Amino acid sequence: MNGETVIDVRGLTKRFGDKTVVDHFDLKVPRGSIYGFLGPNGSGKTTTIRMVCGLLKPDEGEGTCLGYDVLHESTAIKANVGYMTQRFSLYEDLSIRENLEFFARLYNLDNLRARVDDAIASLGLEGRSKQLAGSLSGGWKQRLALAACMIHEPELLLLDEPTAGVDPKARRDFWDTIRRYASEGVTTLVSTHYMDEAVQCDRIAYIAYGKKLLDAPTAEIPDRVGIHAIKIEGGDLEAIASRLSGAMGVDFLARFGASIHVCGKDESALAAAMAPIEGMPGVRITPVKAGLEEAFIYLMTQASDNFEAGEAA
Amino acid sequence: MISFSRIGAVFIKEVVQMRRDRPTFAIMIMVPIMQLTLFGFAINTDPRHLPTAVELRDDGPMTRSLLAGLRQSTYVEIVDIVHSDEEGEQLLRSGKVSFLIVVPESFEADLVRGERPEILVAADASDPVAASGVVGAIGEIARRAFEPELERLPKRLSSGAPPYSVVIHRQYNPAGVTAFNIVPGLLGVILTMTMTMITSIALTRERERGTYEALLSTPVRPIEVMVGKTTPYILVGAIQTSIILLAALYVFNIPFAGDPLALLLAISIFILTNLMLGYLISTVAKTQMQAMQMTFFVFLPSILLSGFMFPFRAMPGWAQAIGEAIPNTHFLRIVREIMLKGAGVSDIAGDLGPLLLILLVLALLALMRFQRTLD
Repeated sequence: MNGETVIDVRGLTKRFGDKTVVDHFDLKVPRGSIYGFLGPNGSGKTTTIRMVCGLLKPDEGEGTCLGYDVLHESTAIKANVGYMTQRFSLYEDLSIRENLEFFARLYNLDNLRARVDDAIASLGLEGRSKQLAGSLSGGWKQRLALAACMIHEPELLLLDEPTAGVDPKARRDFWDTIRRYASEGVTTLVSTHYMDEAVQCDRIAYIAYGKKLLDAPTAEIPDRVGIHAIKIEGGDLEAIASRLSGAMGVDFLARFGASIHVCGKDESALAAAMAPIEGMPGVRITPVKAGLEEAFIYLMTQASDNFEAGEAA
Repeated sequence: MISFSRIGAVFIKEVVQMRRDRPTFAIMIMVPIMQLTLFGFAINTDPRHLPTAVELRDDGPMTRSLLAGLRQSTYVEIVDIVHSDEEGEQLLRSGKVSFLIVVPESFEADLVRGERPEILVAADASDPVAASGVVGAIGEIARRAFEPELERLPKRLSSGAPPYSVVIHRQYNPAGVTAFNIVPGLLGVILTMTMTMITSIALTRERERGTYEALLSTPVRPIEVMVGKTTPYILVGAIQTSIILLAALYVFNIPFAGDPLALLLAISIFILTNLMLGYLISTVAKTQMQAMQMTFFVFLPSILLSGFMFPFRAMPGWAQAIGEAIPNTHFLRIVREIMLKGAGVSDIAGDLGPLLLILLVLALLALMRFQRTLD
């Protein structure tokens, strides 16, 4: 099964009016992988996911999802994909069980009762299956929504910012579930804003202005971006920060608890920028390897708000 | 302390939001303009040009001048001239004419002999409003028509009471009870309002609550959504129908002359038509508020142009043409024909056909409007 491609699309383009939301997007997702979509708000992540699962018709481009043509076989794609929307999209006035049964019926599943029982059991909600979905907390809603879009055992899971507004513990549990599905061979395409979620992905595509700027295995991303970092500890960090901010060779500063990471593309210019603070009492300056977070902060500073750019275009 | 600045803030925000919600704003402006033009001109409580058939069994100068007088009158409009009872009866029962004026055999001869022959006016009194003024109107028409002829007759005939009489025969509702007309009509009006309203939010609610996207992401087909969403309300319609019919029969003592199965058939089709109309609205409306407004937009014509409130035949031609496209128009005729005139399935075919056609068109439009994508 390894090496098989689940999503293979080329040149996907979507325009709303005269605004190009997704611009010639290529994507190859291998089976069993967890593929992350990162990018600022309005960069086209949701639109891309919707085109892949047949909810939007691309204006241009071609390709396949699970072997079905994304332009003409959207019904077949819908039957084999689990799609979890950004906003909670189950029926708040139906109970947990009724929601799961509703979706199970839409997929024409056999052994309806057993499947729904299993789903409720694996959620750990046996005693609460009659509770209305609308009365669940944010974290439980997300888990229920995930269970609903997994009820037909899809091979591909599309998650659009699945954990927005969910507390860290619930987010961790959510990701444990995703990992378990991945180990069973389920492919996952997930869009997110959170760095702790990004590191969970096997591979990441970075999107801005509807274009893919970067597509690499997660571990290689800091090197691909080519960002360098210097860690500064001790002393008056606020004063140091305002002094270094905007200095030659410094692209941005990132505060990490009791230290500041000063980052820049040009390694020697960055080192030269340290001159004013060198020798300050109690201040330690150490070059460090830039991580994923610094890489993405750098990418985001390059394209901070796509709405502005979009409207100007 | 009341702050005018804060009132201003809320006021400005509301105005901006209202301006941005273009469809709602447009409906608010358009509704009064459209409805006023539509109903201001269409509604005519002083009936004119009511379709009338004349059954001629005598033929002479007096009959011909009566016919000429009827032709000139604006109250009635002669649409057919027949020569037998059966033909006349058929026209009246089918609702093609509101009145049947019968000139009896040897009318002139009897008149000259001083036997005071009767001109019979059979009125379809299932709509009492239309029938109310007819006796006086026909009497006046006859008086004028016969005036020159009578002058040539012997004095004993031309002086005093006219040597003939106009007799009205109210059919299908002899007492002219308004409830006989209104209550069966209410069945149509109530079903129109509730059935349309209930499905008008079918898809709109899903869109507003964000469940629409999840629904669309499943392999469900548009026709499956349509059938699944409308059929539960057939039961609601059936309950409403039972209540209204029971009240009609036992509280208002309205006669039930016709075929119950024919009525059941018509009601089923009518309920489906209204559910489909509501469903079509829900494929268009973006918010539940808009859905409600659109429902009322179609509801008013269903009351005013369908013949529920005002005699359908008395409306101008263009208003009747609009009325023909309204499901309730056909349903009202069917219900009155079955309950008051004793019609069966074959008698109502002429209105069942258009009703089915409207149902089909609505369903097709709704299916075409239902997008399987979010585009």
